[in-house]
Amino acid sequence: MSTETLEKEEVVVKASEPLLSKRRKKFVTDPLDDDNPVTVQVLGICSALAVTAQMKPTIVMAISVTAVIVCSNLVISMLRNLIPNRIRIIAQLAIVATLVAVVDMFLKAYDYQTWKSLSVFVGLIITNCIVMGRLEAFAMANKPWDSVLDGLGSGFGYSWIIIAVAVVRELLGSGKLMGVEIVPKFVYELGYVNNGVMVTPVGAFMVLAIIIWVQRLKSGYVEH
Amino acid sequence: MQQSNGYIVGFTVGMTVICAVLLAGLSEYLKPQHQKQEEIDIKANILSAYMSIPQGGDVQELYDQYIEGVVINYKGEVVTTDADGKPVTAEGISPRKEYKKKNVADKLFPVYQFKSEVNIGSFDAYIIPVYGNGLWDEIWGFVAIGPDFNTIEGTSFDHKGETPGLGARITTDDFEARFKGKKIFEGSDLASVHVVKGEGNPVASDEFHKVDGLSGASMTTGGLNEMLENYFGLYKNYFEKSRSGSVTTVDAGSAITVEDLLNHK
Repeated sequence: MSTETLEKEEVVVKASEPLLSKRRKKFVTDPLDDDNPVTVQVLGICSALAVTAQMKPTIVMAISVTAVIVCSNLVISMLRNLIPNRIRIIAQLAIVATLVAVVDMFLKAYDYQTWKSLSVFVGLIITNCIVMGRLEAFAMANKPWDSVLDGLGSGFGYSWIIIAVAVVRELLGSGKLMGVEIVPKFVYELGYVNNGVMVTPVGAFMVLAIIIWVQRLKSGYVEH
Repeated sequence: MQQSNGYIVGFTVGMTVICAVLLAGLSEYLKPQHQKQEEIDIKANILSAYMSIPQGGDVQELYDQYIEGVVINYKGEVVTTDADGKPVTAEGISPRKEYKKKNVADKLFPVYQFKSEVNIGSFDAYIIPVYGNGLWDEIWGFVAIGPDFNTIEGTSFDHKGETPGLGARITTDDFEARFKGKKIFEGSDLASVHVVKGEGNPVASDEFHKVDGLSGASMTTGGLNEMLENYFGLYKNYFEKSRSGSVTTVDAGSAITVEDLLNHK
């Protein structure tokens, strides 16, 4: 779980700090690797398993989740001094739910087929722990621009992991990428078969575990 | 900070109202686009019962090119107006609404005729809608019947809430293709087609009324069987009349007599 931000970021920032100072760049780059929401904080696993059988819905999901995190971070950060402390969770939920409904309606209007295949998972962005996690841990205590950067970082961190999982699953599971045949026909004629496990969520577990393993081997991170 | 109960209630009400107005406004703004997408989706389903739509193909264009809709009543007569005298089109009829009408004589049935590219003026397939109940919620689809009004040329099913991986597999191409070549009549009697229990059954290609099932989805396929039998029954008169070439056109309002209603409950 992420608990880092609350105390550290309270430091008063100088008014002239550049829009992308070193400190702010870290908001975006940290979640990509060392503090990745999926592989290190182990949040948002549910949708990472469910939607990653194919590339296209995965990319749409990645964009949707990033948009929701960024917008909700921004809104909550702007309202952070107005939201009564005692009902802050429900206020966050209401705003996240509104944003998700907006994403859902836009998807239905402009990409109906993807909307159909993602169906419930778009609605479940509301309960994606990454979103609530960032609101509680960051946006409630930081300024809007910092929160937007933090949201972008977490969104990208989530996105690259699920897209990486989707590439492996679609390639091994159905021999395609973005719906285009990649594995040539003669390979099948030589006796190669698509791996059925990769089409099921079990395959996502395996791929995700391998990514976590490699990452922790590199960084030496240990769960306490 | 501002922690009084009044502030909290005020904040809650304000936030809820703002969110609600925002969502309602957006929903209203996107409504025409949603309806258009739903319509195209239905047309894509109708077409895919008989043809495979090429990737990126313009569904609306293909539909206009291939489909000519007619509306019939339960007696198998073509109707052009509904009971109130308003003109009807196959596209304007919702199978869901017709399904829920209690009296069979009030129901209208669309037929989407698939135009032949070879013999201009004739049809390669007659696509009918089907609608019924699966395990959890409604299921529906389209069945393409060949020009002999007996052979199934293709199917396309959809569902609202069947279990993914089990009942939801009725929408897969693999399952839909299992219906191809099956017959709905045995002699002159309606025999329908039945999805059998379990999967991997040795259903021979000359068993015209049996289709290999889906393991773990007996309830859904049971509902599917009922739905097909029901609709083949409702379209039976039309099939028979079409085969003998005696389909007539009537106006719905005047065509139904009291005897008809008594005979047909």
